Amino acid sequence: MKTLLVAEYRDGELLNSTYELVAFAQDIGAESAMFLVGSESALPQYDGTLYLADTGKYSEFNPAVHKQLLLDVIAKEQPDMVVFAHSSYGWDLAPRISLALNVAHVSEVVEIKDGVPVAPVCNAKLRRDVKAKTAQMVITLQGGAFGLEDEPSGSPTVVQIDTDATAQVEFCGYEEAEAGGVDLSKADIIVSAGRGIGKPENLAIIEALAKALGGEYGASRPVVDSDWVDHSRQVGTTGQTVSPKLYVACGISGAIQHLAGMKKSEFIVAINTDKDAPIGEVADVLIVADLKEFVPAMTEKINNL
Amino acid sequence: MKILVCIKQVPDMESKFKVNSEGNWYNDTDLAWRMNEYDEYAVEQAVQLKEQAGDADLTVLSIGPDRVKEMMKKALAMGCDRGAHIADDDFFKKDPYEIASVIAEYAKDKEFDLIFTGMQSQDRGSGQVGVLVAEMLGLPSITTIVDFAFDGGQITAKRELEGGIKAIVKTTAPALVTCQLGLNTPRYPTLPNIMKAKRKELLSVPISELLKVEGKQETAKLYFPEKKGGGLVLEGDVGDLTDQLIKILKDKTAVLA
Ligand SMILES: Cc1cc2nc3c(=O)[nH]c(=O)nc-3n(C[C@H](O)[C@H](O)[C@H](O)COP(=O)(O)OP(=O)(O)OC[C@H]3O[C@@H](n4cnc5c(N)ncnc54)[C@H](O)[C@@H]3O)c2cc1C
Repeated sequence: MKTLLVAEYRDGELLNSTYELVAFAQDIGAESAMFLVGSESALPQYDGTLYLADTGKYSEFNPAVHKQLLLDVIAKEQPDMVVFAHSSYGWDLAPRISLALNVAHVSEVVEIKDGVPVAPVCNAKLRRDVKAKTAQMVITLQGGAFGLEDEPSGSPTVVQIDTDATAQVEFCGYEEAEAGGVDLSKADIIVSAGRGIGKPENLAIIEALAKALGGEYGASRPVVDSDWVDHSRQVGTTGQTVSPKLYVACGISGAIQHLAGMKKSEFIVAINTDKDAPIGEVADVLIVADLKEFVPAMTEKINNL
Repeated sequence: MKILVCIKQVPDMESKFKVNSEGNWYNDTDLAWRMNEYDEYAVEQAVQLKEQAGDADLTVLSIGPDRVKEMMKKALAMGCDRGAHIADDDFFKKDPYEIASVIAEYAKDKEFDLIFTGMQSQDRGSGQVGVLVAEMLGLPSITTIVDFAFDGGQITAKRELEGGIKAIVKTTAPALVTCQLGLNTPRYPTLPNIMKAKRKELLSVPISELLKVEGKQETAKLYFPEKKGGGLVLEGDVGDLTDQLIKILKDKTAVLA
């Protein structure tokens, strides 16, 4: 089995997701080569062939051109599997590649079971084994599903690559997340509100519990998208990553993008009306209750301790 | 200006799922259905563009059994002009490549200036269909957008990246964009608009007229994951539950000390 790993690079730096790809190849006992549109100044610590195109010339985001660079390498390497991270770079580029190659494409793979990729369905409540009908396959890996046990090491054999493909879109630069607001990563206790709070008025009961416990309040994305809470309080892949001593998730289903931001918390309590909510997978305690009743009652008990 | 928005009907994620008798998808009885969340943003953005353009025609397309027309009526009530229903009871067996090829086949001679899709569906989550449609039609595409502006054929969008950083990307129409949560605030259809929507065109065509390719993969087996977490699950009277949680927090953490 031979894999081609599509490494990621942003704002002048190699992204750590690159090493999840390396871990994946090791995990399934596959040979690998790597593809990167990056730079000589931030090479991956990796023993193997690295096909490198320069971002100075090809830009950090340029799908049509990155696609051609990658297709040229695939033609040369003939990998059985082309492996991406399931990330904003990976899910954008991968379908362009699978279509050009005319091969199966499985997204957000969490595991390979007897050679068969496994992917989540319905917010991870279900899983499916996906049977590819083509010999070659493109996959994207769920963030955090694979990881190196040791620090990455090695140095690649660099092969410079070029193309004269033309761009379809123009990348004009980055806009940083708004600065300011709270720094949730410093809080020891976080009580977070999810869509289950139902309406903005119910945020007060979440804040009150956070206060009673001497902590901060956070939120899941829908609560932030609705402008009920400032973005600095959003926990998850597109918000903050936190690891407090206690994390209380109120009315949060436990989507992978939320879990990625809080699953390293020392102790996790979830309050949810749905006993099967995926948050139960990471929670030390799942309280099956209506948060509108449970949260105020809990606050009162704590205040009376 | 001609605009297309592609939407999917999905079950409420809080549903109690059951595996179907073939073991290859979830049972679709006893479920509450709704518009895929990502697609609500796509519909809203398409309607906003139509309003901005003034002279525009907006088609909403969905593939699925008869029940998806209910959701399409919501999109019509939000402001889409006409509906194209591609009837298929076996849609769940189609892979993203087949679904995209059906949409591309529908769209190929219609010269849409802009196509909107959600960035992914809530049930399958592959996130492939939008990009595949664009590639099949030879159009530029921008995925995961949280901001969209259109000015004289020029599109300026912001793609959301990990950590909340955004990439500013420009392209020119015709093009396709895939919409991320939070792109806008989807409107609620008003009663007069719901009434008006009833008179809008909503045509069904069988998928066999548009499907010309074979899938490249299939779901061999659908199942519930093994529970690994194995945390404590507490149910019952709220008063008892608060007492139990306080005891647990005292025993297992230092937060109440
Ligand atoms: C690229 C990308 C990035 C993302 N980044 C993030 C991110 O950084 N952070 C993030 O949070 N999400 C993120 N998301 C969104 C994520 O996929 C989910 O949509 C989101 O986390 C869902 O939020 P939620 O759990 O609050 O809402 P839902 O999934 O709607 O869950 C609501 C929960 O509340 C429960 N509930 C309802 N009523 C009550 C009640 N009265 N009492 C108790 N419980 C109740 C329900 O049972 C349900 O489990 C991202 C998605 C994508 C595609």
